[in-house]
Amino acid sequence: MSEKDADLLTRLERIFRISLGARRLDERLWVLVRAGKGPFIISGQGHEVPQGIITSFLQPTDWLVPYYRSTCAVLTKGMTPTDVMLHFFARAGDPSSGGRQMPSHFGDAEKRIVSGSSVIATQLLHAVGIAHARTLLGAQEIVVVFFGDGATSEGDFHEALNWAGIHKLPVVFVCENNGYAISVTQREQMAIRNIANRARGYGIYGVSLDGTDVEGIAHEAQKACKRAREGEGPTLIEVRVPRLAAHSSDDDQRKYRSDHELSKEALRDPLAALERFLRVRGIVNDATEAALEQEIASGLLAAEQEAEQSPTPDPATIGENVYLKEGSDAANAS
Amino acid sequence: MQQTLLEAVHDALELEMARDTRIVVFGEDVGKKGGVFLATHGLQERFGNTRVFNTPLAESSIVGCAIGMALGGLIPVAEIQFADFIHPAFNQIVSEAARMRYRSNGTFGVPMVIRTPYGGGVHGGLHHSQSIEVFYAHVPGLKVVVPRDSYTAKGLLASAIRDPDPVIFLEPKKIYRAKDPFIYKEVCKDAYTLPLGNAEVIQEGADVTVIAYGAMLFECWKATQTLAKEISIEIIDLQTLRPLDATTVLQSVQKTGRALVVHEDNMFCGYGAEIAAEISEDPDTFTSLAAPIVRLAAPEVPAAPYSKALEEAFMPNAEKIVRAIKELAYWK
Ligand SMILES: Cc1ncc(C[n+]2csc(CCOP(=O)(O)OP(=O)(O)O)c2C)c(N)n1
Repeated sequence: MSEKDADLLTRLERIFRISLGARRLDERLWVLVRAGKGPFIISGQGHEVPQGIITSFLQPTDWLVPYYRSTCAVLTKGMTPTDVMLHFFARAGDPSSGGRQMPSHFGDAEKRIVSGSSVIATQLLHAVGIAHARTLLGAQEIVVVFFGDGATSEGDFHEALNWAGIHKLPVVFVCENNGYAISVTQREQMAIRNIANRARGYGIYGVSLDGTDVEGIAHEAQKACKRAREGEGPTLIEVRVPRLAAHSSDDDQRKYRSDHELSKEALRDPLAALERFLRVRGIVNDATEAALEQEIASGLLAAEQEAEQSPTPDPATIGENVYLKEGSDAANAS
Repeated sequence: MQQTLLEAVHDALELEMARDTRIVVFGEDVGKKGGVFLATHGLQERFGNTRVFNTPLAESSIVGCAIGMALGGLIPVAEIQFADFIHPAFNQIVSEAARMRYRSNGTFGVPMVIRTPYGGGVHGGLHHSQSIEVFYAHVPGLKVVVPRDSYTAKGLLASAIRDPDPVIFLEPKKIYRAKDPFIYKEVCKDAYTLPLGNAEVIQEGADVTVIAYGAMLFECWKATQTLAKEISIEIIDLQTLRPLDATTVLQSVQKTGRALVVHEDNMFCGYGAEIAAEISEDPDTFTSLAAPIVRLAAPEVPAAPYSKALEEAFMPNAEKIVRAIKELAYWK
């Protein structure tokens, strides 16, 4: 049932390219914040590879319900670094929100990336509702929703798993467990270690993985998506990942995490693990990596310049899109 | 045929569901039982249990999943069993449903209706009597609609279901089954719509304007009957609390120079405050005032108490409205 080795390697190579691009993009955004070009970012460093691998199993007609750390997931689903930069600079052409939401609040109706808010865990119910609707309408589509470990304390997490379990909906719930909700540790958040165990309480399948286990993630993601597509119901996948940067550009994690902990954390970087995996198999080497870095750097520079030079929203448009204008078409893809 | 408000709600649901297969109805007990008030009676039998179904007892789920269903191409009509229990869904309604179109710059929308029985005078105590309208009327992105009788219930609910944006449809449960001709109206068997965002002058008059919505209109109407020989009273049914049709209110008050707002929600920051502000801010209306604006509302207690004596003290009624109108009409 697992992918053929060659297919898996092709997939992982693609995800390596996207993940490294996401990492460099993220690093660049930190620089831009420090340079005063934007007030805020939320970083996905350490989370990229599992996001990318899992999202890579989605078809264009499938739905991605991201959260604020989902940069790599949205890039995998087809958004571009320029889209992310337009969002960061809050430009009129920002496809996520036209400059209305803070950075890292992704959305793109055409790519079926659902607009999210800042409110933790609300999106899980949206994912379930979308899956419910698409199933009822006879579409063979699945929904993947991402969230953090802190989100699992919210009622909406439990309610979403419960509803998805009752109706056996095609949803893959992905908890990116980085051990922290800002500064609150997992031990302070819950009495259990293995978040995937929550799945059993809702009659659904759950699995816990390490973020460096790139083969395992691909295997379980493929299984979960297949189960969803075949009407066998939802899955909760927990991926343990490091949070390599602070919670956000407004946070300094050295205040609540020791140097020792942070340096140990850096050794669990899934991106480094994926690189090793591909190097051992001869798919990545110094030359290919140098070329890739070069390609990413020039792409990023172009994206940044294009976004920075593009127009800011016209203040006169502040009142638009509160309601659908009379006479225009309903806005939803269906 | 004459119908109760409840029957009209039921028929609007049934006719809309027959018209558009994307419409789904769900909530606690709405399936086989047909809802605790029977608003969805027989719908599951007719449309099947995928289009009409019971949900878990979880209001945030009901609204959160409705949002997802709307994003996924359905038209959800969710029932919250009592408005008093909508609060767990406040987050989903205000942070999510109301903002989806705005925050996505118009690329996602949430066409959905949340129906819920609301209001007091039913011996429901603190947790089966609440008026919740202003929590939601405050929020751009939502529409808030309240019918006064069977005729408006049927037409407004059909419009709410056909609206591309989220609508909170508040059903005044005190008059659900009322057989008084003011509420038990002649209703056409076929589907029809009444526009959202329009207030209606339901009785013309020259001396005083009385502004209300929902179950309070019946009380206002009874009061005007008592005063018919003495004072000429214009009654306005707001029907939609957001967006407000201020023009109808302002035109009437410019004519009468005297305005009374009645609601069973408490007064402080209640809907009457908005009406008073609209009147005061419009120069033509403000300068035509012959008396201060009067608000008649429930007292400043957290919700309607249970005991009959206390509940009667809580609820505005025709008698209290008569007194308020007189005071206003004879103010110098
Ligand atoms: C409902 C809600 N409460 C609080 C916050 C403030 N807040 C933003 S992110 C965050 C931590 C979330 O942690 P987790 O779900 O583990 O995700 P992570 O950021 O670690 O990826 C908090 C408390 C919020 N956005 N929403």
